[in-house]
Order: sequence, then structure tokens, then C-alpha cells
Amino acid sequence: MAEAKTEERIPTVTEERIPTVIVDDVHIVYRVHGAGGAKGGAVAALRRIVTRQGNPNVRKVHAVRGVTFTAYKGEAIGLIGSNGSGKSTLLRAVAGLLPAESGKVYTQGQPSLLGVNAALMNDLTGERNVILGGLAMGMSQEEIRDRYEDIVDFSGINEKGDFISLPMRTYSSGMGARLRFSIAAAKNHEVLMIDEALATGDRKFQKRSEERIRELRKEAGTVFLVSHNNKSIRDTCDRVIWLESGTIRMDGPTEEVVGAYEEFTGQK
Amino acid sequence: MSLHLDESPAARLAPDQGLSAQELAAKYGLAVSGARPHLREYVRQLWARRHFVTAYSRAKVHAQYTQAKLGQLWQVMTPLLNAGVYYLIFGLLLGTSRGVDDYIPFLVTGVFIFTFTQSSVLAGVKAISGNLGLIRALHFPRASMPVSTTLMQLQQLLMSMTVLITIVIMWGEVPRLSWLLAIPALLLQSIFNAGMAMAMARLGSKITDLAQLMPFILRTWMYTSGVMYSLSAKLGNAPHIVKLLLEINPAAVYIDLMRFALIDSFTSAQLPSHVWVMAAGWALLAGVGGFIYFWKAEEEYGRG
Repeated sequence: MAEAKTEERIPTVTEERIPTVIVDDVHIVYRVHGAGGAKGGAVAALRRIVTRQGNPNVRKVHAVRGVTFTAYKGEAIGLIGSNGSGKSTLLRAVAGLLPAESGKVYTQGQPSLLGVNAALMNDLTGERNVILGGLAMGMSQEEIRDRYEDIVDFSGINEKGDFISLPMRTYSSGMGARLRFSIAAAKNHEVLMIDEALATGDRKFQKRSEERIRELRKEAGTVFLVSHNNKSIRDTCDRVIWLESGTIRMDGPTEEVVGAYEEFTGQK
Repeated sequence: MSLHLDESPAARLAPDQGLSAQELAAKYGLAVSGARPHLREYVRQLWARRHFVTAYSRAKVHAQYTQAKLGQLWQVMTPLLNAGVYYLIFGLLLGTSRGVDDYIPFLVTGVFIFTFTQSSVLAGVKAISGNLGLIRALHFPRASMPVSTTLMQLQQLLMSMTVLITIVIMWGEVPRLSWLLAIPALLLQSIFNAGMAMAMARLGSKITDLAQLMPFILRTWMYTSGVMYSLSAKLGNAPHIVKLLLEINPAAVYIDLMRFALIDSFTSAQLPSHVWVMAAGWALLAGVGGFIYFWKAEEEYGRG
């Protein structure tokens, strides 16, 4: 799917290696309310409070267990691993969005996660969502005004009539995904993190979005990419970290790690 | 089990091998990700996001009624119907209107002004816990959330105020210069509400049961704030301490100020002494206190 050529890769070894992200023995624990709940209604709950037992409805999920690595300027790092191995959680921690239970994450500037889904509202028109999403990402009003046409054109929403002035809930899922990606990709970032955003929309839009990601990569210092698509990892990344149940299983050059991962999952 | 190849080829080539993570971070000027900024920097960041805060609250208000046929008309209908219900129960059925002149404007002012504080607090409780998706996806000073929920309530209140002014004029009041006093009163109340919303947002993000408990606390607060009866008339021979407590109650202070501003028959004799000082004091206390209290846990929001 990706057309990335090898010559577009940023060289791995530069004169001086400047770290942009340092992750030092990070643990992340989620507290999930309303898990379990197998036993009892109100009476059981009251008894637990009286007897000072821990609430079994709150379950701790230890999603990332002691991850350490350093990312350097110019690197594109792929994160792979099976579902629930902690990839997305780790990205959020690096972005500083999810506080770590222990350990530290040091970053150069403010890493940003590519994605604005949560800020958008389905009841609003596409037009207002572009503005809202841009503001949520920290763009100024002038920046948004300048980029507005580009964002709408890029999304291709208006190719089949004036859809941008309709509420987003009337969009097809593909159209919604395209607009979300277009908004998210409108801003340049120092440390950019992409969470499986490559495969949205139709074939034509996929090509366009891959191109845009390569542009963003060139401008960004360091790129992280979470994906289950080994081909897009091979095309875009020069280093891969393989996570399995919250720990790093392997960290190294793309071919080596992806090869081992494919062997592990039996994809070959 | 992990093989732990943490010595990547890149790391082997690095000249900074012996350094610990902290030293390395310090050498290249890396900062702890998601660390809480200093108070002044935090205020600056929040100010930089002001357009997002207002756009977000406006969008939320707008999105509320898009599915209804009458659409944005509900922004006016909701407060009107509210006032109607309260008038039916407290004015006609229970007869609490005795001893109060101009009962309808009196009641409607009380209901609207209290609702502003009440809904700000309620929305504040859920400002963090209800927006976890947004908080886990994007970077912005988290105080944007409780501030924008308060702004949402303010917009609704402004709608209610147009209804209120219409009712007051229909009641036969003539617009006077003293109506302008409503502006500083509203401003102070908004600051108070924003501070309360921020404090409640932090509590609500940790104590998830608060959302269930708050409606009861707020209803108690409403019945003790003289929303549908006149506090000064009811408190004729109550002990001094009870009187004092009910009089310094911030909700009662803001309600009284608004009544004083809009209703002719509500004279300054019915106001407690030092009422503007109290109004400003509460705004300052809640505004600054709530903001600092919220900021202290800035890096923890999002853990859920």
C-alpha cells in the first residue's frame, strides 16, 4: 500500500545523535471502574465498605511494565505487538497524556499524538469541526483560517456536493475518517506519533494520506508509528520496538525485529 | 519473557553511553513529558487556549439542541418552562409568595441565578471524568475543561436573562440605571462558579461517586438559599448564628444582588450588610482557590 522508497528514509546514523525522547523504566497502571461486578448488589457493596475490603469493581490493569528506550532525532520508530500489548498506552505516556505510575519520560518539546477524534462533535457541521479540531490542537485562529481550504480540499469531502456544511453525523464512516485525518494532519509536530491512522478512507485517500505522513515525517524530529500492518511499518520505519504484554521484547533495525515478529506470529 | 535487547545498534553508537536517563535528558535539554508547568506559565497556556475554550463551549451548547425540531429555541424554552413549574408549585400550590412583593420576578430571578451556580457545579464534577477521551488524546491546560463548562452555563444563563428581563418588563418594571448592577453581579458569580467548577472537577476526577451525591447536596443548598422565599422575612427571630450562616451563603448573596438590581420593590433594606464585599470575597476565594487546587493535580488528570 505505501509507496515509500528507501531513499526517503532519514539516515539512521548521523554525526551527532541527539536524543528527542527518553523513556526510563516506565510503568503504567489503569484503574478501571465497573469491571468485575460478578457478585452482589447493594448489600454486598455495603458489606465491602464496612469490612474495608478493596472494591473488586476497581481493577488495576498494568498495561506497561518497565519500558526503557531512547529515541533520537531523525528516527522513525515503529511499535508492533499483538492487540493489548500496550503500544497505544505507551504512546500516550510519551505524549504526556497518560501519567506514568513510576518511571519518567523525557521529551524534546511537546510530542503530539496524531488524532483529534475526541475533540470533534458529530452534531456540528464539518466546517465548525475543522475550526474546533484546529483550536483543540493548539493552532491559532489565523493558522486555521489560512489552512481551512487546504484541509477541506485534502479531505475531499466536498467532491460530491457541499457536505462540509452538514453535521458530521450525516457523513459516511469513510468520509468522517477522512475529515478527521485531514484535520489532524494539518499541523506540523516536533515529535509526531501516529496510531494506526494510515488505513483510512478509500484507496485514493490512502495514497494521499501516506504522502502527507511522509511530509510530516520530514518536518518532524522523530516519528512513532503504531500499526498492525507490517508493510507500512517496513516502508516508513528504520527502527522497530516490539512490545509484548507491556514489556519490550525486541528493539532494533526494522528488518530484524519485524522478521522475528512475523516468525512469532506465524505470518510467514 | 523478554529478550530485552535494550542495546539497540543506535545506542551502541551513541557517545553518551555512560549517562543515566536523567543526565542524558539534562544534557540535551529534554523535559519531563506531561509535567505540571509553573502557575504563571499555566495561566499563560490557558490564556493562549482561550479561543479553544470559548469555541468548545459554544459548540457544546449548539450541539445540545441540534436533534430537536425546535432547535435553538429550546435555549429560551427551557428556562421559561422551569420558571413556570416553580411558579405553579411554590407560587400557586404552596403559597410561599406571602410576604413577598412582585413574587414572579422574585422567584424567577432566584431560580435562574441559582441554576447557574448549580449547573456549573454539576457540570464541573464531570468536566474531567466526562472528557477523558479528549484529555487522553490532546494537549491543553486541563483547566480549559471546567472553564468551558462554566462558560456553557453562562451562555445558557444569558439566554435565561433575556427571558427574565422580558418577564420583569411585562410585570411593569421600568428599565432603570440600577439594572446595570446586574453586570458586575454576574461577573462575580461567574468567577465564583468557575472556581467551584475547577475544584469539583478535581474532586470528581478522583471520587467517581460524587456525580451521584452532588444533586442532593445541591438541592439542600437551593432550599437554604432563599430561592423561592425571602430569607430576611423568614429569619425574623432565628438565632444570630443561623442568620449569619444563611446570609453569607454565596448563592444567597448573588441571588439577592440580582434581585436588588432588577426588582424595584426589593430594596437595599432587604440586602445583608457588606453584600458587595461578600460577593467579591466569594468570587476571589473560589476563583483563585479553585484554580490553584485544580492546577496542583494537573499532571494526574487522564489516569482515570
